[in-house]
Amino acid sequence: MNKTDWPLYEVFIRSRHGLSHKHVGSVHAADETMAMENARELYTRRNEGTSIWVVDSNAICASAPEQKDAMFTSPVEKIYRHPSFYQLPASVDKM
Amino acid sequence: MYAQMVETGVKQVKDRADMDAQEAAFMQQIDAEDKIEPQSWMPDAYRKTLVRQISQHAHSEIIGMQPEGNWLTRAPTLKRKLQLAAKIQDECGHGLYLYSAAETLGTSRAQMLDDLHTGKAKYSSIFNYPTLSWADIGAVGWLVDGAAIVNQVMLQRTSYGPYARAMVRICKEESFHQRQGYELLLTMMQQGTQAQKDMVQDSINRLWWPSLMMFGPTDDESPNSAQSMAWKIKRKGNDEIRQQFIDQTIPQLEVLGCTVPDPDLKWNEETGHYDYGTIDWAEFFAVIKGNGPCNKQRLARKVQAHENGAWVREAAIAYADKQANIKSQQSNTNKVA
Repeated sequence: MNKTDWPLYEVFIRSRHGLSHKHVGSVHAADETMAMENARELYTRRNEGTSIWVVDSNAICASAPEQKDAMFTSPVEKIYRHPSFYQLPASVDKM
Repeated sequence: MYAQMVETGVKQVKDRADMDAQEAAFMQQIDAEDKIEPQSWMPDAYRKTLVRQISQHAHSEIIGMQPEGNWLTRAPTLKRKLQLAAKIQDECGHGLYLYSAAETLGTSRAQMLDDLHTGKAKYSSIFNYPTLSWADIGAVGWLVDGAAIVNQVMLQRTSYGPYARAMVRICKEESFHQRQGYELLLTMMQQGTQAQKDMVQDSINRLWWPSLMMFGPTDDESPNSAQSMAWKIKRKGNDEIRQQFIDQTIPQLEVLGCTVPDPDLKWNEETGHYDYGTIDWAEFFAVIKGNGPCNKQRLARKVQAHENGAWVREAAIAYADKQANIKSQQSNTNKVA
């Protein structure tokens, strides 16, 4: 019995409302064609999407949890990047 | 539940004072309701418990196709056949979402299947009961999926991100399962002959207690539940969700015009819940240990399907390899040119 899994593909789906493709899960498949077929069967049984991407999982480069502080702390401190930082008179505050 | 009596490997819940800095930080993350993600550090016991629970949950979805598949070719109308086929396909899909979630913890699909096929891994006790009549298809959808929903709604808030996300998808689909099952029974009760009505009552008589057993034994019998709650893998105790299920199911039972085989069942004004009789835990443990009505048949069928499919898996890989070779040869030729 062959105990090796087929390659893993990550599945991204764009819903009908013009949003970006969103990660929904993953499928195993022998090749890209089968990955696409499996993704369709598994993730779009109820009109969930109008477009599918399947990407070899090994092709994804992810940020590491231990880099979290270095990567994401700085913007938290930069509160002046948010509109709410700027205090305006009530008469023009809908800006 | 779909995952019952999941072993955590602990003798007692670990005291915070005994934790090193890394584990204490992990518990802080749990307390703050931050999801634990695949790359996050986690205690080994947390990882192993999740692999056991998620794979057991996945195996239940996969084995759960068998009792329903039993009636697929004998569905009374084309409409019912299509509904049942769609439900069975959903169950397979749920199994696949869950296997993927478990794989993020470092196990492989092949390993999990091997553990199922060799009897090392368990699946829910409920799927070792037979579906003897068409009414069982309705009762399974209503009671078994109904019990599963109560558990899975809770698990949408489980602490491990990929498991929680799989649960969100699954819960969206389960509601259809329960409604179609109930509607099937309601149709038999409202439009059926006396024999068909009796069939519904007989089905509820057989499946009621096994459905209550799905939630697992009372929590205080092992440290596993307490540890799972501390890790927020489980968010509610077994008895609490069992009670929730009973409370929401009895009014539905009354609309059907049926009864459950429990003389002790009655509304308790004081507690605001239904009281119910004692569950036969000896039966539950016998089924868990492999001595239920269908354990051997379910597992043998699963192994047979896997073995019969071996040539398809091999052929698909051979084809994919051949296509990849052709592609790389073409690109080499282009480079030379």
